[in-house]
Amino acid sequence: MADAVQSKGTGLLVDQEADQGLGARLVYVGRLLWRDKSGLLGLIMFLTVVFSAVLAPWISPHPPLKQDLRAAKRPPMWAAKGDISHPLGTDNLGRDLLSRIIYGSRVSLTVGFFGVLIAGSLGLVIGLVSGYAGGRTDNIIMGGVNLILALPYLVFVVFIAAILGRSLINVILIFGFTDIPIFVRITRGEVLRLRESGFVESAKSIGAGRLRIIFDHILPNLLGPLITIATFEMSAMIFYEAGLGFLGLSVPPSVPSWGNMLATGRKYLTIYPWIATFPGLAIVFTGLGMNLFGDWLRDALDPRMRRMKR
Amino acid sequence: MQRYILSRLLQSILILFGVLFIIFFMLQATGDPVSLMVSRNASPEEIEAVREEMGFNRPLIVQFGDFIAGAVVGDFGDSLRHKQPAMDLILERLPATVELATTALLMAMLIGIPLGLLGGSNPGSVWDSLARGAGLIGQTIPNFWLALILIIVFAVKLGWLPAFGRETWQFLGITLPTRSVILPAFALGLFTMGQLVRFTRSAVMEIRSEDFVRTAYSKGLSDRQIYIRHILRNAAIPLISIIGVQFGYLLSGSIYIETICSWPGLGNLLAEAIGNRDFALVQAIAFFTSLVVVTLNLLTDIAYGLADPRIRYGD
Repeated sequence: MADAVQSKGTGLLVDQEADQGLGARLVYVGRLLWRDKSGLLGLIMFLTVVFSAVLAPWISPHPPLKQDLRAAKRPPMWAAKGDISHPLGTDNLGRDLLSRIIYGSRVSLTVGFFGVLIAGSLGLVIGLVSGYAGGRTDNIIMGGVNLILALPYLVFVVFIAAILGRSLINVILIFGFTDIPIFVRITRGEVLRLRESGFVESAKSIGAGRLRIIFDHILPNLLGPLITIATFEMSAMIFYEAGLGFLGLSVPPSVPSWGNMLATGRKYLTIYPWIATFPGLAIVFTGLGMNLFGDWLRDALDPRMRRMKR
Repeated sequence: MQRYILSRLLQSILILFGVLFIIFFMLQATGDPVSLMVSRNASPEEIEAVREEMGFNRPLIVQFGDFIAGAVVGDFGDSLRHKQPAMDLILERLPATVELATTALLMAMLIGIPLGLLGGSNPGSVWDSLARGAGLIGQTIPNFWLALILIIVFAVKLGWLPAFGRETWQFLGITLPTRSVILPAFALGLFTMGQLVRFTRSAVMEIRSEDFVRTAYSKGLSDRQIYIRHILRNAAIPLISIIGVQFGYLLSGSIYIETICSWPGLGNLLAEAIGNRDFALVQAIAFFTSLVVVTLNLLTDIAYGLADPRIRYGD
């Protein structure tokens, strides 16, 4: 809201919505979403996944770990030997695939959310320091960032995961720490750009201190780009987590996760193809939702893009 | 230009030393690297023997010095499992990965660049929707799942393509790929295809609205001339860097596809080495792929500098 106050103070009205309260802003965002149906669709898809993760115990038809060997390897309900009690069929141990997919969303979202939270908050702080301090500090930080970004990501993630061993915390830490450079780079770039901008200049000229400039003028403007990147990074982490699970390097095999389900499905690929198909579809669904929403968010939070589009 | 190349070269060497540092100390991060390599029920004598054999009983700094000295000449020690120098194993598997990554890149370029051009030059058309769709698909379908689905459809159901293994064809002493590469390469290249479509499309759209294109139109140049002379030329320069980065990504990111399709390349070797807890080999692969990626980035930057004078004089 700082920019709204500021534009009032200087009398320069940059954007119409900047001059309104929070409620009016939300209405405005809602209207923007309604205008761009793909962003709305993405948000709905993502929220579907979030709700199924939260409501998993109530909406799953079966407990995700319950084995029933008599019902093992059952195809989805629309296939010839399918059965309505297992809508997407069962795996090799007779566990219900739909229930496991619903529970699996918990692992994916937890890894994505906390991974992005760690990477985003540390990246923000480091990026602010780097952009603001400049000089040697900036050089050292950017050297580290360029080093990590130059590594073949997948090889190193697999390497670290193999050393640390299978647990949810380890996976979160791996993604949380290896993803910091992305956020550092974005934050630093924005800080350098904003520092030269007119409104920071004018804040300085009326005697605003460094902290006030950071909190009132830099941080609010960083929020947009950071949230956008966070959306894409979260979907990337969900992919990578599933990939690690597929190689047997993510959460322990007893935990229902999309990656672990794919690993099982791969073993039975040619005889019971549905075991690998559905968890993969869940990953695609989540990724598609987050990317559609992220694309929309990028345009919506950047007024320049918005004007270009219409 | 020479100064530009030299400074980029020095930067790359620094990065490689950083890589060696990371690779070495990562194994120490758990406290005792030997515990990673032996099975859970190994006797104390066996553990001691491995510690002795791998030289883990020496001071850390000596080990690190040794590691660096070996790495500079490409010696990462022997693979615990194969009892062979790790680098030999890597070089043996390299051709398969190069074949896979190159095919994947070519497929991605052949589909991605034309689609991006068509989409970007006809905004709002069917081509544009196709291009946007392809860009989104590349970003949202994980390659490991795509490979599984392609196997189900094209190998199991239709029987058109082989799904597993690599077959080559010898012609005048040269090893050539066969159709066994098509399925894994397509799955591997999908993400790159999406990136190329997205990038080409937005570059073309941006350049189309530049002043020099308007000037070219007002001079009465034909569409064809404008596209070839002004738009394609300007889009090609940044495209070089995308392609360079993507080739590195393809060469180092084939672990899933190679595992799924039993493709005998580096990714497969890495998965195997991790399964066997053969960390000397894992370290060697991590360094080798880093070397490949860093070298590719360096070459890309040089090519970029050659093509665009703003870059080489800019910094």
